[in-house]
Amino acid sequence: MSNTPTDLRYAKSHEWVRDEGDGTVTVGITEHAQELLGDLVFVDLPEVGAQLEAGGDCAVVESVKAASDVYSPVTGEVTEVNEALDGAPETINEDAFGDGWIFKVKLDDAGELDNLLDADAYNALVAEEDH
Amino acid sequence: MDKQTVLYETHKSMGGKMVPFGGWAMPLHYGSQLEEHHQVRRDAGMFDVSHMTVVDLEGVQVKPYLRRLLANDVEKLKSAGKALYSCMLNEQGGVVDDLIVYHMSDTWFRMVVNAGTTEKDLAWLERQAEGFDVSITPRRDLAMIAVQGPNARDKALPLMSESLQQAGVALKPFSAVMDGDWFVARTGYTGEDGFEIMVPGDQVESFWRQLNDAGVAPCGLGARDTLRLEAGMNLYGIDMDEEASPLESGLGWTVAWEPEERNFVGRSALEVQRGDPNKQRFVGLVLTGRGVLRNHLKLFDGDEPIGEITSGGFAPTLERSIAFARVKSGIGESCEVEMRGKRVPAQVVKPPFVRQGKSQLT
Repeated sequence: MSNTPTDLRYAKSHEWVRDEGDGTVTVGITEHAQELLGDLVFVDLPEVGAQLEAGGDCAVVESVKAASDVYSPVTGEVTEVNEALDGAPETINEDAFGDGWIFKVKLDDAGELDNLLDADAYNALVAEEDH
Repeated sequence: MDKQTVLYETHKSMGGKMVPFGGWAMPLHYGSQLEEHHQVRRDAGMFDVSHMTVVDLEGVQVKPYLRRLLANDVEKLKSAGKALYSCMLNEQGGVVDDLIVYHMSDTWFRMVVNAGTTEKDLAWLERQAEGFDVSITPRRDLAMIAVQGPNARDKALPLMSESLQQAGVALKPFSAVMDGDWFVARTGYTGEDGFEIMVPGDQVESFWRQLNDAGVAPCGLGARDTLRLEAGMNLYGIDMDEEASPLESGLGWTVAWEPEERNFVGRSALEVQRGDPNKQRFVGLVLTGRGVLRNHLKLFDGDEPIGEITSGGFAPTLERSIAFARVKSGIGESCEVEMRGKRVPAQVVKPPFVRQGKSQLT
């Protein structure tokens, strides 16, 4: 799992979180998650302004195989969603950690980020699930 | 432990993601299921279908036996090599399996049955053979590759023996030719032109690699499923099973009612259902709202439950979601699908959705 960026935080439910340093974070699903799902064909985005709870489902990604809920790793208000995914859900397959980001959240509590996994812990989780 | 086809190691070496299917370890895809789907619609792709079982039926009474066993009538097969799609029913009119049967000679028919149902089918074939002079031989020595797509025949033919090339060029749809243990049929499960080719197990890997070198892309079960769904073709165990009759599964066209005196297994149960105006219908759905239709989602007309999706998914050729559904009689041209607690509108249509690369939606 050399392709797990070390500057991100991770949820056990396979979302990543980038701290933008201004009280907001960007959220997407991991490379591992997109690989498990296969070719994505539909993304149901949250609404801008929606209030999210950490651990609550807030978006849906659907692949040719299955639908999968996306859980918010943090608590806060949605400030922006990646509208480009509407017409091009495959962007998540192509660039899960970059152009395939899903939504941005204004954090209620920046300390919440400490509850998330770092890259090493996430890799260990993935390795364990593979068994 | 799932069974492996002769091509198992070849699939892995070509990047196949192996998954369990009908008791077998089969490739789901080799990278992208969507690309494999498009490859078959636009050019040529190949599927390892060696997990399916070839059964040879021989004997002087093989024809009366099959006319009793199958809901379709092998009497329609007048010349050697002609193929027929049929359901094999139980006494209640439920589907034991769906299959293709080839007329090889008056004393030899060849059948191809599903992988997951093979043991059940063989037991059923033996049981129904009581009183008939028929031998039943599963041909586990044969592997099978489906080569499908508008360019499939042109790419596959040069790799065959001279006699198969000559006969294969002239082969009509739903017909087969043989050369030794090689058997080439112009059939498939994708809605595209192509061949299904039976090959001795010890020759299949080299044939698979030659096809690959000729530009025929290896394709997995994922693409096979979206291709057959677009093509309006049922999947046994999902769209019909022992609880559902062909008349409730969009397969009424495969039941041969004439001649009336032909007493095939399940006929009396089907006759009763045939006259029932309230029997369930089998329809196609096209999602007009957002999302993806999935197996078992519930359908509504207002507050009234009207049926359930049997198989649904994303149709890559149409870039929208489609499904088959079993619904009550008398429903209109649209309905609503319950998806994650929300109701999403869908249009009721008649399958197929795609044929030979072209959308059938109006």
